[in-house]
Amino acid sequence: MKQNNTIMNYGPSPESSSAAYDWLSKSKKKFGHFINGKMTNPKNTFKTINPSTGEVLAKISNGTENDIKIAVKSAKAAFKIWKNVSSFQRSKYIYALARLIQKNSRILSVLETLDNGKPIRESRDIDIPLVARHFYYHAGWGKIFKDEFPEKEPFGVVGQIIPWNFPLLMLAWKIAPALATGNTIVLKPAETTSLTALFFAELCMEALIPPGVINIVTGDGKTGSYIAGHPTVSKLAFTGSTEVGRLLRKQTAGEGKKLSLELGGKSAFIVFEDADLDSAVEGVIDSIWFNQGEVCCAGSRLLIQEGIQKKFIAKLKRRMEKLHLGDPLDKSTDIGAINSFDQLEKIKSLVASGAKEGARVYQPKVKIPADGFFYPPTLLEHTHQSMNICQAEIFGPVLSVITFRTPNEAVEIANNSRYGLSTSVWTESINLGLDLAPKIKVGVVWINSTNMFDASAGFGGYRESGYGREGGKEGLLEYLRDRDLSTKTTPINSLTKDPSVLKISKEQNIDRTRKLFIGGKQNRSDSGYDRKIFSRSNQIIGQVPEGNKKDIRDAVEAASKEEKWRNMTAHNRAQVIYYAAENLELRKKEYADILQKMTGIDGEKEVESSLETIFHYAAWADKFEGTIHDVPIRGVSLAMKEPIGVIGIVCPNDNPLLSFIHLVFSALCTGNSVVAIPSETHPLSALDMYQVFESSDMPAGAINIVTGNRETLTQTLAIHMGVDGIWYFGSKEGSAIVEELSTSNLKQTWVNYGAHYAWLELSKEFRMLSLHKATQVKNIWIPYGE
Amino acid sequence: MTARDPLELDINLILSQKVNLSAVERRCETLVKRRSVKKRYQADWLLKAIQFMDLTTLAGDDTPARVERLCHKARNPVRKDILDSLSNSTALSTAAVCVYPELVRTAKSALEKSAVELASVATGFPTGLVPERTKISEINAAISNGASEIDVVINRNKVLTANWRSLYNDIKAYKKACGSFHLKVIIGAGDLGTLRNVARASWVSMLAGADFIKTSTGKEPTNASLPVSLVMLRAIRDFHEMTGFKVGFKAAGGISKAKQAINYLVLIKEELAEEWLDKSLFRIGASSLLADVERQLDHFVSGAYSSGNRHPIV
Repeated sequence: MKQNNTIMNYGPSPESSSAAYDWLSKSKKKFGHFINGKMTNPKNTFKTINPSTGEVLAKISNGTENDIKIAVKSAKAAFKIWKNVSSFQRSKYIYALARLIQKNSRILSVLETLDNGKPIRESRDIDIPLVARHFYYHAGWGKIFKDEFPEKEPFGVVGQIIPWNFPLLMLAWKIAPALATGNTIVLKPAETTSLTALFFAELCMEALIPPGVINIVTGDGKTGSYIAGHPTVSKLAFTGSTEVGRLLRKQTAGEGKKLSLELGGKSAFIVFEDADLDSAVEGVIDSIWFNQGEVCCAGSRLLIQEGIQKKFIAKLKRRMEKLHLGDPLDKSTDIGAINSFDQLEKIKSLVASGAKEGARVYQPKVKIPADGFFYPPTLLEHTHQSMNICQAEIFGPVLSVITFRTPNEAVEIANNSRYGLSTSVWTESINLGLDLAPKIKVGVVWINSTNMFDASAGFGGYRESGYGREGGKEGLLEYLRDRDLSTKTTPINSLTKDPSVLKISKEQNIDRTRKLFIGGKQNRSDSGYDRKIFSRSNQIIGQVPEGNKKDIRDAVEAASKEEKWRNMTAHNRAQVIYYAAENLELRKKEYADILQKMTGIDGEKEVESSLETIFHYAAWADKFEGTIHDVPIRGVSLAMKEPIGVIGIVCPNDNPLLSFIHLVFSALCTGNSVVAIPSETHPLSALDMYQVFESSDMPAGAINIVTGNRETLTQTLAIHMGVDGIWYFGSKEGSAIVEELSTSNLKQTWVNYGAHYAWLELSKEFRMLSLHKATQVKNIWIPYGE
Repeated sequence: MTARDPLELDINLILSQKVNLSAVERRCETLVKRRSVKKRYQADWLLKAIQFMDLTTLAGDDTPARVERLCHKARNPVRKDILDSLSNSTALSTAAVCVYPELVRTAKSALEKSAVELASVATGFPTGLVPERTKISEINAAISNGASEIDVVINRNKVLTANWRSLYNDIKAYKKACGSFHLKVIIGAGDLGTLRNVARASWVSMLAGADFIKTSTGKEPTNASLPVSLVMLRAIRDFHEMTGFKVGFKAAGGISKAKQAINYLVLIKEELAEEWLDKSLFRIGASSLLADVERQLDHFVSGAYSSGNRHPIV
């Protein structure tokens, strides 16, 4: 018996690659770009290799600035056709792509594995089926999006830059929603993995997609920057490293391009003592040893409850022994090749530095092929949050282990990261799982599961993991915009009456000292200076404190510490906001008076409109709610709308009370805490609002108001790491500066590029937009069943 | 096949079992796609699968002649010309035959001078809803008629009513009646409602002295499945770690295709250790499976797909 057992080995089981090689040979292993419906002649070629063998698979072209110009031009021309194609027709085109992907699924899987190094099991069972699903799902949106979003319109030409870890899947995530919503596309695949995109180009021709609707230009980072820099590109979608995401934000600052970024991560995989430990071990395998760990949402930090650490690690190590590393085309391979030499070197050096920091390196005994870029599955023990290895994204098959004692500590450690992409939580207690999910600052939470994706559920991050979502309705909205909501005339400039004839009360009042409002208290400014505020007719009508950096620092700190408002029920938040309207109304005349003195416009009308606006957002407070996505599992994905966190709001000079109220209350009603900088020239009535807040049970720190020099205060806010979002309504130049400085922690920005808005007649779209800007969607996957 | 004494029942251990259904299903779905066995390797695996089989007939119309035919097939499971083409030198037979107690005597003489073990079901198969004392006399009768292995069924209502102590005592009594003979405990997974109950019943059985735990009688609404098996294998693994005892596993019911048999072998290989790929620790209870395995082997040696009428029936 024993002797016979030696034959119970798997033996080789290679997937045939001959069809893929035939396809490569058909083009003589040389490829140009796909522009305006045709393949261009190969030029400036570079090699794309099989990372598991080093073999040169083909030569592909490095896109030049001129290539991008031509591609954008053809996309622009095609947009005129594509946006007017009937929804039925558009849907049929996308449906055809979905069908063609299914029909070519095996060759696409093989090609992906050859070019990327991932195991054929994954490209065949995960990547390509998800690609087809993404096109099917969006074929549906192509048909119905106009019914769902009648006021929205496509951007026009969108630029898309994708990474090398899921080459065709990322292409699908980018192209399908853009197509469905009527945009035309210039896409650049990653330098090392362009082949499936080039195969997809052929499918576009086969599906008779009108020329220019989809353009695929291959090349390196420079090619990507030409796309980002092209003035016609009005929306840019990027998936890749946080470092490049920052560069793109900087490069496009002030240009008015809509940007969505899906960046890095250092996600926590949390295992509680009441979890099904064997299943959680499999979860770890699917989390960090999926795609060689080259996954932005890889659970690279294993957080184990202290009492089960020994048991769990023993189970995990035994399971690691069973992992097969080797030929990616072999059907029994679990871990294939790292995509490039550079990436392999990066992994090696990070693990070496981890070992130097004191981590104990465990690797199972696996045979590493002599050729190609392979790295064994690696477990780092004795690691701590204070080690670089627990903070830096490795993007490789390397897992570090940290213990925790309580659910709160698990949350604290999970959130102790600059990133915020995903988390897996393993517990058999639904109470614990659902309690944790909202507390972890990430875009995706998987309960008792991991790395689940679907076209119907949004994917994307918080913090430095980027912004924007891909998948679901939330992802579709990234490719639609509102009509231009700005106005050409400003209320003050359009004033016809001579301000001097306006009726203003002239009685002598008691001298009034206004203060900053920070952490629920009225504070003197750190500077000790005040600035004088003048009326329309140039009389001094009051003073406000000259806030400085330190006041902003204190205000952000108060806003960050605020928890009561964030955790309050939506009903209670609404009550507080209604109460604020009550209290403002009591002092209607006083506010109207000051407004009129400051601006010369009809104060009563503005206060009345402010009251209505407060009611408007109080109404939304308990109604701007999430959805349940119908994901293809026995379970649900809850798409919860969560506040951004701390939002800095820089208010315009137009309608200085009303605009302040619009922006501040839309942020507050969704649970954010706010640091507001009122209008620089007319700050009095907005600052005076603290008396209303104080008398309305608003928790301390939920709203903080700092007056002073707008641009200085704005800059301090924009570079503050504790600010999660910044809304700026000032000059065009100021908008560019805010977008550029936001890269410090990749805070979400909403700027006006110098435009003005008719605050007294604000459109429904603007009101909805502000609620969307104040929230981000978290998808919580909950498989169930007993 | 070392006999061992029962261990203490630890109720907390039974109640603390955690099984996440969705995660277990996902593991099973992906596992069978993570591993591939082709060509000669596949043929060798299938030959092994035959040696793990308890060739079974458990029907109301079983007669002595039917059992004799079964036993002959158990001794000669694959056509000789196929085996020759495979250059298979070792004597090939199934691990055992499995029959009702009434037919043990017939089977005993039909299996004389063979390596095939003789298993008998007992304890009020398939429901277990007969008085405990008649169950013990059934076991005694099967053993005295020549059975070397006893496949007992548990009383599922004791699982459904969480009567763990009583269930434990039942199995302990079966163990005592079996003495050094091989005790396989059928938990009747299809009747247990949840995988958590599957885990709990597995643990009670192992603590009470089961040499094997077995998924199903083949008569429940659902038979052996990969998720049920995975839960049982993980229990076996943990039990081994805790006590040092190796408990065997038998999948029974509904396994009729060669591909399914391979999947079970992969499951054992990946979730347990290689040493469980041995007839002393792994069995597949089946009848029609053998025909499909034989056809697959024929296909491997001839390159052509075979048909049922070319292989002697069970």
